[in-house]
Amino acid sequence: MSAERRIAVVPAFNEERNIARVVGELGAFDPELDVVVISDGSIDRTAEAAAAAGAHVLRLPFNLGIGGAVQTGFQYAWEQGYDLVVRCDGDGQHIPAELPKVIAPVVAGEADIAVGSRFSGGDGYRSSASRRIGIRVLALVVSGIARQRVTDTTSGFQALNRRALELFAADYPHDYPEVEGMVMTIKHRLRLVEVPVQMREREHGQSSITALRSIYYMAKVLTALFVGLFRRNVVPLEDSGRRLDGGQPGAEVPALPAPERR
Amino acid sequence: MMLAAGTPLKLSIAATLASLVLVLVVFELIRSRRLRERYALLWLLTGIVLVILSAWRGGLNTIASWLGVRGYPPAVLFAVGLLFVILVLLHYSTVISRLSDQNVILAQRLALLEAKLSDRSSQP
Repeated sequence: MSAERRIAVVPAFNEERNIARVVGELGAFDPELDVVVISDGSIDRTAEAAAAAGAHVLRLPFNLGIGGAVQTGFQYAWEQGYDLVVRCDGDGQHIPAELPKVIAPVVAGEADIAVGSRFSGGDGYRSSASRRIGIRVLALVVSGIARQRVTDTTSGFQALNRRALELFAADYPHDYPEVEGMVMTIKHRLRLVEVPVQMREREHGQSSITALRSIYYMAKVLTALFVGLFRRNVVPLEDSGRRLDGGQPGAEVPALPAPERR
Repeated sequence: MMLAAGTPLKLSIAATLASLVLVLVVFELIRSRRLRERYALLWLLTGIVLVILSAWRGGLNTIASWLGVRGYPPAVLFAVGLLFVILVLLHYSTVISRLSDQNVILAQRLALLEAKLSDRSSQP
């Protein structure tokens, strides 16, 4: 299946020191893999660095937050007709050499979305106590909702096929997209699998989640998850309506469905 | 009855019902996607605090006596409600400020983009 077109979606906010290396590593690992970097209202030279490294660059005029930035990349991938999308952070945390593990279940048709997990392999990933507790609680809650064991609900290292891409291009959670996205995936009856991967510690810059904000974070995420369970679907379920692209790769790309508003 | 002037039962019931309705309305607005969670959290907190204070009459009376409100404990309900309304309004002011900044940036970007496009199409 070498005809499959693949793209890596890389959100980046003020990552001028990391982004060129991330793009370079992705390209070196798989020359067939296109890369689109979404500069999320960066005030440094992230966009220039990414473009110089050979990536397509989308510049958001102001900071939309991780969800809005990633969704922009998904919309680009959808409109350009890519068959397989890899989502990967712009801070160098995700190791391109781990890509095959994440891509494999999607290419094999075993899953619509595959998530690289730091924890399911039992490999030592260090982080602060408050974060570890938060991660545990979220994993328990999401596993309960999904009726499927998940261990890493905040992993941004994911591979998606066009079915999952269609959903996320049309409707993607804005604030904490990884957690809510997992629940959305299940709600829309897409197949999700977790694969153990290794990740690097962040090299430069600060993670957007600090220990002090953990409680606020948990309150928001749990509220969002709870309410999300009752919310209407924007993209109809597989068995309740026709597919937007008829499931044909290379078929004419339809416009994205607008988010439903009342 | 510890205090001579407690919270009347009818008022407690009415206030509890009203607060519950607030919580339900907020929930329904989020569910139908007319309200984002980000902007609903403060409303939900308001509703939940009001439900608790309305239903838990002993608590309301105790808080009132801490604050030195002797005559009419439900006055504390009004005070708390008012405090939350002020918080929500302040929050909205910051949100509106951010939105108007972003709106200016969008308009500027659009104007630049239009100029670029028309320059391009006017050339043969």
